Amino acid sequence: MKDLLAVAMLSGIYGLLSASFFVTMDAVDVAFTEASVGAGISTLLMLTTIAIVGRFERSQRHKPSLALAVTFFTGVLLIYGTLDMPYFGSPNAPANQHVAPQYLNDTVLGQDKSVNQVGVPNVVTAVLASYRGFDTFGEVAVIFTAGIGVLALLAVVRRPEEDAKIAAINESMHQKNLILRIVIKVLIPFILLFALYVQFHGDYGPGGGFQAGVIFAAAFILYAMLFGLSTARRVINQTLIQILAAIGVLIYGSVGLVSILNGRNFLDYNALSSDSIAGQHLGILVIELGVGITVTSVMVIIFFNFAGRLENREANESVTRNISSDGHVTKEKL
Amino acid sequence: MILGLYNYWVVVVLMMIGFYIVIAQGNLIKKIVGLNIFQTSVFIFYISMAKVDDGTAPILADGISLYSNPLPHVLILTAIVVGIATTAVGLALAVRIKGAYGSIEEGEIQARDNQEC
Repeated sequence: MKDLLAVAMLSGIYGLLSASFFVTMDAVDVAFTEASVGAGISTLLMLTTIAIVGRFERSQRHKPSLALAVTFFTGVLLIYGTLDMPYFGSPNAPANQHVAPQYLNDTVLGQDKSVNQVGVPNVVTAVLASYRGFDTFGEVAVIFTAGIGVLALLAVVRRPEEDAKIAAINESMHQKNLILRIVIKVLIPFILLFALYVQFHGDYGPGGGFQAGVIFAAAFILYAMLFGLSTARRVINQTLIQILAAIGVLIYGSVGLVSILNGRNFLDYNALSSDSIAGQHLGILVIELGVGITVTSVMVIIFFNFAGRLENREANESVTRNISSDGHVTKEKL
Repeated sequence: MILGLYNYWVVVVLMMIGFYIVIAQGNLIKKIVGLNIFQTSVFIFYISMAKVDDGTAPILADGISLYSNPLPHVLILTAIVVGIATTAVGLALAVRIKGAYGSIEEGEIQARDNQEC
């Protein structure tokens, strides 16, 4: 396919399809994330990039027959390897026998008064935030680092007079799409409300900081797309959002420090309250909040930097277009 | 029954499609899409291993005793969000390469590098 726009659209559809795959395989939390990330944010980033780098592919693929042979050979080897794997849906598979039954039993409220008991109905959240809180801390740090990476690669420093010029261009562009703008204006509060619900209901149903963060960011990005980047910059302060990205990670880390100061292990929420279940609830709520803040701000940072590049390029192009049309006019006069 | 392994074959086919795109396509955006497909195939691999016949989603409720395995769900949940963050870095690199070389086709970038040497 030569048209990269079609490629981006297809990859969005693919994301939505794999989300429905995950639902049929009982992974509701994962499906939730994939639907908002794969079909939403990643398609959006792809489209912005294509708008910057050009829509059509030029070169031919190189040595397709050799690549085909390599992939075919690897594929056959991998399928040969699967012959020893446990069957699909088998409850006796090693992966389902190791620690998972323990997680499932321990999380049940009041069934077993062990030390590890969490008392949160959504086992995925319990494992994510409590049993494997340290892993999740690492993941949040990776997301934060990616945000810094994009900032370092794409941040545009602009002079104020250029800013005003770009704002004027944006104003003229965004006079259109009246219906979309009104509909989105009505929808945005509901999207934000839904994100809050997902954020704080993660203990009981599918959801949590990661999903809520992406939905929050989607609301801001929608706003930025329809009302122009300069308007959105006035609403969302860029410095503030960069600080918020760091604060999310810090909230997560400081929960761990608080439990160390109370004489327990890092991220051991039993230390947060005299009642261990209340402590677990509090700990999970706070670190999910930290995750949500970081994910939201990093996604917004990423989008704003991509779109800022695009805006810059459009501004430069319109300047050159004006010059060339001026040249044309003078020629005609002559 | 060897057909009980079909989930792995779906994964292998998807993975090889992604792999082929990464090797054979010269366009950097397409390579990133290929990496995404490869990544999703690994997600499906993990989630399909977590599925237990007749089990339900791992949200505890009265009257249900069989749940799917929650652990792979956790691993993949975070992997998806990290995946989008790293994809964003990849796309950002592609934008910068476009700025520096004027192209995101692998062949043209190579040709310019060879010229400068």
